[in-house]
Amino acid sequence: MIVLDTRKYNYVRLHGYVPLRTTSADILIKPLHFPNLFVLESEALFSMLALKSGRLITARNLHRNLRPVITSQRSRQISTYNVDIAGLTEEQAEFRNAVAEFAERELAPRAAQIDKSNNFPSDVWEKLGDMGLLGITVSSKYGGLDLGYFYHTLAMEELSRASGSVALSYGAHSNLCVNQIHRHGTDAQKQKYLPDLIAGKKVGSLAMSEPGSGSDVVSMSLRADKIDGGWKLNGNKFWITNGPTASTLVVYAKTAPERGSKGITAFIIENTFEGFSTHQKLDKFGMRGSDTCELVFDNCKVPEENVLGQVNKGAGVLMSGLDLERLVLSGGPLGLAQAAFDYAVEYVHDRKQFGQPVGTFQLMQGKIADMYTSINASRAYVYAVARACDRGQISRRDCAGAILYSTEKAIEVALEGMQCLGGNGYINDYPMGRILRDSRLYAVGAGTQEIRRMLIGREFNEQFKSS
Amino acid sequence: MRPSAVRLLNILVPIKRAVDYAVKIRVNPEQTGIDLNVKHSMNPFDEIAVEEAVRIRERLKDAVKSIKVVTIGPPKSAETLRTALAMGADSAVHVEIPESAPSPEPLGVAKTLKALIERQKEGVDVVILGKQAIDDDAGQTGQMLAGLMGWSQATFASKVEVNPEQKVANITREIDGGLEELRCKLPVIITTDLRQVQLLNEPRYASLPNIMKAKKKPVEKLTAAELGVDITPRLETIKVTEPPKRVGGGKVANVDELLAKLKEAGITGKRA
Repeated sequence: MIVLDTRKYNYVRLHGYVPLRTTSADILIKPLHFPNLFVLESEALFSMLALKSGRLITARNLHRNLRPVITSQRSRQISTYNVDIAGLTEEQAEFRNAVAEFAERELAPRAAQIDKSNNFPSDVWEKLGDMGLLGITVSSKYGGLDLGYFYHTLAMEELSRASGSVALSYGAHSNLCVNQIHRHGTDAQKQKYLPDLIAGKKVGSLAMSEPGSGSDVVSMSLRADKIDGGWKLNGNKFWITNGPTASTLVVYAKTAPERGSKGITAFIIENTFEGFSTHQKLDKFGMRGSDTCELVFDNCKVPEENVLGQVNKGAGVLMSGLDLERLVLSGGPLGLAQAAFDYAVEYVHDRKQFGQPVGTFQLMQGKIADMYTSINASRAYVYAVARACDRGQISRRDCAGAILYSTEKAIEVALEGMQCLGGNGYINDYPMGRILRDSRLYAVGAGTQEIRRMLIGREFNEQFKSS
Repeated sequence: MRPSAVRLLNILVPIKRAVDYAVKIRVNPEQTGIDLNVKHSMNPFDEIAVEEAVRIRERLKDAVKSIKVVTIGPPKSAETLRTALAMGADSAVHVEIPESAPSPEPLGVAKTLKALIERQKEGVDVVILGKQAIDDDAGQTGQMLAGLMGWSQATFASKVEVNPEQKVANITREIDGGLEELRCKLPVIITTDLRQVQLLNEPRYASLPNIMKAKKKPVEKLTAAELGVDITPRLETIKVTEPPKRVGGGKVANVDELLAKLKEAGITGKRA
């Protein structure tokens, strides 16, 4: 017989109405004279119990309404995302809610485990596909939703709020790979590759960076030599998200190295092509649920019909793709910052020291204010750029600016959020460490902060150049 | 093989937009009710009802002609209807009440549903709804509707099997003593429960393509007056307060002392 004193278990929440699976038909008897004591009829771990908050339950109808819940931490499902300030239309709000519910149900409960396992959960691709998330910007002709970049950014944000690493792999698949094929592919290429990618049956990836060509991506040395019927690729690509599992990859190679940036061509590679292989998965600081590796091309044979766009015109494909990539990926830091803030703001109101919730001390109020305003400001910029892109006004400096700003703020908010948890922020049972580690990626992924700053400055230099 | 004499089934699913289960409820300052400026969503029991209707169609295929959802609520309840349409319902009816109007009571709801059912030219064969709403926990609407219509009812259903050829439904109910199996003649009212040991079902989430398709499905708007029903509440809520704060319990040193204290409190531990 186990007796449970509920005053000790502040963190036990009640979800009496949630249809959750039970692990055992435990019954509690609550002696009415001892409001805080519960006697278990059977020997069960009381960490698996949840109690109805605020209501007196008599033993008679107890078994009807109790639902034992496995929660070692509270599950919070109400976010402080400000819908009014975000300026979403009714349709956009509905879309966001649907994605948020999907993410809460399918990703949030697994996020910590995914991070620990250093593996992308392979069953998630088809779930994303069934939900319709993998082809947001693609025409319905190929199974997509025919919506714009704003919606794609919203989806990226909500998935990132649940799991930063799953969202990153999602972004690489749905924007870097799928969207590029959709924008530049021939009808035959789109018919061949898009349906499976959008259904989540195949995984997509994009490869431009190399061990020796990061920020200076145009200096890439992966060679593509003309052979009978196609091309022969030799070289390596590095830091490739989804590399270990992707079956369809958009790869940039030098078809005319002597022409520099005017000698790059984009190809669609299948991982079954002769001469293609991958080196082992990289062991990363964060985004540990997103598989990353090096790609090796050793006389890799690519048929002529797999050229994406035109030969030697790949730089345009690459650079314009980068603008939209930066925009959509800006949703990633937004989601991470929101997740960090939501967790911290609830924590500082639960945690009491010196007889009051720590969130009521001025210094902590300051932190809350700074985090909240940073998030809303970054969100306002990102959304504004997204709307402009949907109107056809794609501005290089603003796409770079959106991800530059939201990344910087996300890392700050994640750090501050961790500080809000005090000593507990340092313990990996809490999600703050993972959120901070994930946020750091955006300072180097899709271009470094320094490159983004350089791009914006250079655009102004060009604009103000005295003729 | 086409069953010639059997009429195709029409299923009606009444749903309610209620405060979301995850929200932390607060009593409003006037103590007349709870703070309603919070997230709302479909009553979880009604989600199970919608899911069950969709599963009945998946099992019986062409024998089900239509699944119609209905809600009585303010303009915002249209969102809840769209969620149900995205889950697989064909059409919806929105009996609109003003934003400021009080939530209708079970008898009012039952009368409205009766009027609606009588308006359906093609009739209704199965009405499936949640056993209770998580805001008022009344648990009365299904039973009252059955009484008003004079139809068979099976409440707290944990398993539902509809047989359109024989015009019956075999339903397993969860009751205090265990499981009860009923065979009900159609038309029937079924209320859905969250089963402790075996779930009736786990509601599917609506995918984005379905949500977009749902926008094109028809939603009929009506008022209670048009249906000839008076839904003014008959109960007056005098005061709403939070439950009293917990008082401290006593600590016991060992099991013997615990048993002594329990005996003092009148708990003998013997099964009745």
